[in-house]
Amino acid sequence: MVEGHSSHEFNGVEVSGVVEGDTVFIRADGRDGLGHPLDYHALNAIIRKTIMTKCKRIVLEGVLGQRYIGSASSRSDLKIDIHGTPGNNLGAFLDGSTIEVFGNAQDLTGNTMNSGKIIVHGNAWDVTGLAARGGEILIKGDTGYRVGIHMKEFGGAKPAIVIGGTAKDYLGEYMAGGTIAVLGIGPDNGKFPIGHNIGAGMHGGSILIRGQVSHHQLGRGAVFGDIIEDDVQRLDELIRDFEEAFKVEAPRDWSAFSKVCPNTYRPFSGHYDPTLI
Amino acid sequence: MNAAVDLAKNSIGHLLPDRFRPVIDYESCKRCKKCVSECSFKAIDFIDGRVTPTGGCVACGRCAAFCPTGAIEIEVIPDQFPPHANFTERIRRGIISQASTGGVLLSSCGTDVEHPIIFDEILLDAAQVTNPSIDPLREEIETITFLGRRSGKLTVSEKDSFAFISEIGPVVAMDMPVMIGHISLGSVSYNAQKALFMAAKELNIVAGSGEGGLHPDFYVYADHINSEVASGRFGVTSDYLNKVATVEIKIGQGAKPGHGGHLPGEKVTDLISQTRMIPIGTDALSPYPHHDIYSIEDLQQLIAVLKEATEYRVPIGVKIAATHNVAAVSSGIVRAGADFLTIDGFRGGTGSSPRIIRDHAGIPIEVAVAVVDKRLTEEGLRNKMTLCAGGSIRSSADMIKCIALGADLVMVCTAALVAMGCRVCQQCHRGLCSWGIATQRSELTSRLDSDVAAVRVTNLFSAWNEELKEVLGAMGIDSVESLVGNRDRLRYFGANPKIAEIMGVKHVGEGWG
Repeated sequence: MVEGHSSHEFNGVEVSGVVEGDTVFIRADGRDGLGHPLDYHALNAIIRKTIMTKCKRIVLEGVLGQRYIGSASSRSDLKIDIHGTPGNNLGAFLDGSTIEVFGNAQDLTGNTMNSGKIIVHGNAWDVTGLAARGGEILIKGDTGYRVGIHMKEFGGAKPAIVIGGTAKDYLGEYMAGGTIAVLGIGPDNGKFPIGHNIGAGMHGGSILIRGQVSHHQLGRGAVFGDIIEDDVQRLDELIRDFEEAFKVEAPRDWSAFSKVCPNTYRPFSGHYDPTLI
Repeated sequence: MNAAVDLAKNSIGHLLPDRFRPVIDYESCKRCKKCVSECSFKAIDFIDGRVTPTGGCVACGRCAAFCPTGAIEIEVIPDQFPPHANFTERIRRGIISQASTGGVLLSSCGTDVEHPIIFDEILLDAAQVTNPSIDPLREEIETITFLGRRSGKLTVSEKDSFAFISEIGPVVAMDMPVMIGHISLGSVSYNAQKALFMAAKELNIVAGSGEGGLHPDFYVYADHINSEVASGRFGVTSDYLNKVATVEIKIGQGAKPGHGGHLPGEKVTDLISQTRMIPIGTDALSPYPHHDIYSIEDLQQLIAVLKEATEYRVPIGVKIAATHNVAAVSSGIVRAGADFLTIDGFRGGTGSSPRIIRDHAGIPIEVAVAVVDKRLTEEGLRNKMTLCAGGSIRSSADMIKCIALGADLVMVCTAALVAMGCRVCQQCHRGLCSWGIATQRSELTSRLDSDVAAVRVTNLFSAWNEELKEVLGAMGIDSVESLVGNRDRLRYFGANPKIAEIMGVKHVGEGWG
C-alpha cells in the first residue's frame, strides 16, 4: 500500500492508484508502507500488478529516476504514460506495449526491445535501442553515445529509431539491421547532426542523416550509400510517425539526407585461417 | 600482384603435409565404399576399384568406426620437418599457413597445447579407521544441488513452533552437481542440441541454450534450460526469458576470454536465421563486450533488469572466463546481484576460436575456482550464491576435485559431445562435422539420432554421479554439499608447491599432526 494512494479493486486485482475508466493513475513519488520513497523494485511491482488488471493505459506521475519501468511488457493494447524522469533501461525487452515519456529518458531506453513503441518528448541518452529487434523509438530531442548498437532485423520485424535532433559518436555501431534516422532539427538545423565513428563494424541496416556528414565521421566498415526510392519511402513513414507523435512538422528535404550503410554483410569473411596445423 | 596472392594461397597444400592418414587393409576391405560416403572431409575416395586416401584427413575416426570389416586405421603421420625443440612442427606449420593465407589462425574445442594439468596432480582423500567410510549402495548419499541465490544464514523462529524464517531467493534443484554448458544451436546441429536438452530433462539438471535463442520446438524443455544472454542478444525475447529455468549473462568464455562470437554466414541457414532472428547468410556477430556493460555498476543494471523482466522467479547468473584477476571480478559480480556465478577455465571448449586466444589466454579452472571461493568466503559473499566451474571437466574425478576446490557444481560441454560421437578433432569451425554434431548440413545432421545421443549423455552423467557417490562414501561424507570447498580432502602431488599454496591445498605427506 502506497502512502497517498487509495487501493482499488479493478477487474479483480487490487491496485495502488486512481482508476478512471480504463486508465490507472499511479504516483511514483509516493512512499511505501515503511515510509521509504518508492524505489524501482516497489514501483515496478505496482506497475506489473496494474498490468494484470487488463487496463488500457497506465499514467505514472512524478517519476523520480526509477529504473526498468515497463520492462518486458508484452500487452500490445497497453500504453504507459510517464511524467517526470524515468531511469535507465526504460522499456527493456519491451514486446508490444507503447511507452510515452513526457520529459527526458536516461540511458539504455528500449534495451533489446522486440516490438512496441517508445516515444520520448525530450532527449534519450546513451545506448538507446541497444540490440533492438523490432519496434520503434521516437525521440524528439537529442541522443547520446552508442545509440542503436547492434540493432538487427528479421523477416517483418524491422526496428527503427528516429532522432529529431542530433546524435553523438558510435551511432549504429555493430548494426545488423533496421533503420536509424537523424533529422538534425534544432538550433544548428543539420549543421552538426552527428559525432564520429558512425556505424563502426556495421554489417546490416542503414543510418539516414539529415545535414552535414563527412567521410571522416564514418567508422570502420561503414560507407556512404545512394538514397534509393525504398529509403525515401521508409524515411517518409518514419517522419510521419514522428510528426504524429510530437504534433510538429518535420523537414522532408531528401537531398539534405545522407545514407550510411555497411560495406559488407560478411565482415569476417577472409579474416580467419581455418587450416589444420 | 594478384597472381602472387593466389599462388601464395594455393601453395599451402604442397607446403603443409597432412598430419593424419587413413590406412586401409586391402585384404579385409570389402570395397563397400561406406567410408567414402561417411567421410565429410573428402579425405577418402574410391579410385580405380579401391579405397584411396586423398589427403586432408582430420582423424575424426568416422570412417574407421563405420567400416564393417574394421579395415581402416587412422595413422598419425610423424613430423615431416627437421627436428627442432624450439621451432616445433606446430610452430612452423602455423607460420607456413599464415604466410599463405594472411589470416588469424582458427581452431575449435579446448586448447590442445601441453600445459600442465593441475587436476591430474591432485589426489583424493579416503576415510581410514578414525572415520568410517560409507557404502553408497546401501546408504543414502545426497547429491541434490541447488543453483541460485542462497539465504546466507538460517534464521529460526522459536515463537510458536520451530520454523525457518530465512528468505531464500529463486533456486533450481538439480539431481547432481553438473550442468551442461552453453552449446548454441548454430555451433551444433538441431539434433545435437535436442539431445542435450533431452538428457538434461531426464537427469533433472539444466543445460545451457548458448547464445542463439531457443528454437520453438525446444520450449518443452524450457524448465531444464539455462538461457544465455550474451552480447549479441540473439533470440532473447520476454517470451523466452519467461519460460526458462535460469538465465545466465555471458561475459566471457574460457576458450576465448575477451572475444566475441562469430557464427560465419555459411552456418546461418534458414533454421539458424529463425532462432537468432537475423537474415540468412549474414555473419552472426556477438560483440566483444556487452555494449551496455563497461563496469560492475553496468552489470548490476543488466542483472536487475533481467530480474525485473522475469519477475524475480528465476536465478540470474553471470559467466566469466577465468583470467588473471578473476577473484576481484567475481567479488564485484556477486555484489552486483548475481545469484550464481560460472567460471570457465582456459581449457574450455569452443565451436570456433582464434588459436592465439584459445591457446594462450586465461588461467586454469583449478586455480581460478579455488581463489574465487577463497575470496568470496573472506568477504562473506560465498554462502549467498552458487559457484559453478567449468573449462574442461573431463571426468568425474575432475568434477570431484573441482567441487573440493570450491565449486558447488561443474559445467560440462565437451565430455557430453564426446558421449554423442565427437572425437575432439578440433574442426568444428569448418562446419563439416562427420558425426553430425558441429554442422548445419542436413546430410550430416541427419546422422545424429537425438534419442540415442540423449541416452548416451544421460548414461555418462548418471555414471559420474555414481562415481561421485563412491568417492563421497569412501571419504565418509554423506552429502556433496559437505565436499564443497573441502580442500582438506585433497593433496597436491605435482612439481610446483606454489600452485598448491595458492589453491589452499596441502602437499602430499602433510597431515593434521
